[in-house]
Amino acid sequence: MTTTANVNDWLNDHGDYLYRFALARLRDPVQAEDAVQETMLAAIQSKSFTGQSSPRTWLVGILKHKIIDTIRQQIRERPTEDLAEDLSEDTAGDEYFDEDNRHWNDAPQAWGVPDGALEQKQFLVILQSCMDKLPKKLASLFMLREVIEEDNEKICKDLEITTTNAWVMLYRARMGLRQCLELHWLGR
Amino acid sequence: MLSCKQASKLLSQSLDRKLSWKERLALRFHLLLCDMCTRFAKQLKIMQKAMQDWVSASEQDESIQLSQAAKVRIAEKIASKQ
Repeated sequence: MTTTANVNDWLNDHGDYLYRFALARLRDPVQAEDAVQETMLAAIQSKSFTGQSSPRTWLVGILKHKIIDTIRQQIRERPTEDLAEDLSEDTAGDEYFDEDNRHWNDAPQAWGVPDGALEQKQFLVILQSCMDKLPKKLASLFMLREVIEEDNEKICKDLEITTTNAWVMLYRARMGLRQCLELHWLGR
Repeated sequence: MLSCKQASKLLSQSLDRKLSWKERLALRFHLLLCDMCTRFAKQLKIMQKAMQDWVSASEQDESIQLSQAAKVRIAEKIASKQ
């Protein structure tokens, strides 16, 4: 049985962790705070905490659903930044290839895997700035697919987009991220 | 023979759906002959892992905390639900 006292303790003990968990996925401090708040409120109302798992595990389970809902909203509500282009299957990726699309304009390079803690950290900083440069809708969808590992069919159903649209958007996200990383990671 | 653009699309889609055996065969053949797309395939894997690493690094970064204002606000909401 969940009581207010429990929930207040949970907020003290796990609030920071839940916030970091949400922020890492939503990349928006206001939305991350809201997700933590909604998780706590859901925790009060829920009677399903049985003590079989730790409170943190249980809370993270609730938070995950809130995060997925929020990302769906991010994708649905964000302005349709050149969406026509995003969804056109034939021309997606054209900018990375020569005129008849046979060869890469800029040959992909062999990436060194970041070595050691410092390099690893530098790489992740670059990754973050490259994610920030992607159109927001694409970045949100990419996050949902790659990190939260939502099933592609489920994503399409929830967002009411076709599977082809999703493939095209994910392709554009990966190509954009790749080009940015190549420029900034290798170009150091 | 697939173009590099077609190959790159299939490589991306292979992370989101199961390719048909025809597509897999065409892709394997292309990769055998194309170093650039082979590198691209490796880059996709590195990016996938990097995304996971980035998220777990942010999760463990204890310098990131829920603001005091947010804690107070959430505690008030909890109290008001009682």
